Amino acid sequence: MHIPDGYLSPQTCAVMYAAVAPFWYTAARKLKRTLTSKTVPLLSIFSAFSFVIMMFNAPVPGGTTAHATGAALMAIILGPWAAIIGVSSALFIQALFFGDGGILAFGANAFNMAVAIPLIGYWAYRLIARSAPMKSSRHWVGAAVGGYVGINAAALLAAVEFGLQPLLFHTANGTPLYCPYNLSQAIPAMMFAHLTVAGLAEAVVTAGVLVFLKKSMPEVLTGIAKEARI
Amino acid sequence: MKRWAKLFIGLIVLGLLVPIGLLASGTAWGEWGKDTFIQMIGYIPKGLERFSEIWHAPFHDYTVSGTGNHISYILSAFGGMALVLVITWGVGKILARKNNDRPNGK
Repeated sequence: MHIPDGYLSPQTCAVMYAAVAPFWYTAARKLKRTLTSKTVPLLSIFSAFSFVIMMFNAPVPGGTTAHATGAALMAIILGPWAAIIGVSSALFIQALFFGDGGILAFGANAFNMAVAIPLIGYWAYRLIARSAPMKSSRHWVGAAVGGYVGINAAALLAAVEFGLQPLLFHTANGTPLYCPYNLSQAIPAMMFAHLTVAGLAEAVVTAGVLVFLKKSMPEVLTGIAKEARI
Repeated sequence: MKRWAKLFIGLIVLGLLVPIGLLASGTAWGEWGKDTFIQMIGYIPKGLERFSEIWHAPFHDYTVSGTGNHISYILSAFGGMALVLVITWGVGKILARKNNDRPNGK
């Protein structure tokens, strides 16, 4: 889901930077109020987790690949605003050093993966977990659903960004200038990969790590981690 | 720091396991190199060609020159995680500056 440079027109890239900027600003303001030197290490650890989990490409039938992001997990544990900063940082390093996702397209990739997954994933998780006690199965079910819904929302956003290109940006004779695949091609292709493989991977990662932490490191979920939660 | 040692060990294990992520062949949809378009649609879209190489990442596609596929990928995982740790640590410390004396962060 890391859109490379060249697939989106510069105009689209500018719009996506403008779209993500208020979320970065709000996240920074919220963390300024809630982040403490004790919770900074957790922010860093879960950001690094997000970076490395994205390297585990899973095969998608038809010859493409997809991966989980760890973004919903971070939102559930540290709050969506911390996840916006953390996943954006991971995406930034991926683009700058490893060419995974473009520099012009960084705003779009951050909007899709670092904003949509945390906010929508966290919302879905809260909707199911509500205020159930930590031992309730509502938490892992909510985490699984949050991961699944979050990554699929991001995939849909990316597909729309891809699919609008040939409609909006083409030469006089209609030849696409950027991504050549339209909405009716991009949406089914992206959604197939994410409704199946990537969605499942994100659900398993989100719920799996949450259950693991609850059992063996409950202090991550209660106590000081709560300080970072918004 | 010590209290999160288990989590760091988890990251190290994941970093060593990343070659599993290379088993899947193929590219993610919409992440093809520009030359792939010749096979797929017969031409490279003009704007795509113009902007696709605007930035040359030093370790493009998680490859470190002079090393094999798997070693490259593992080195990239550790290098990348270290960079992410540093940048988020820096950003986090700046944002947390005012709250350090207030454990409840209110």
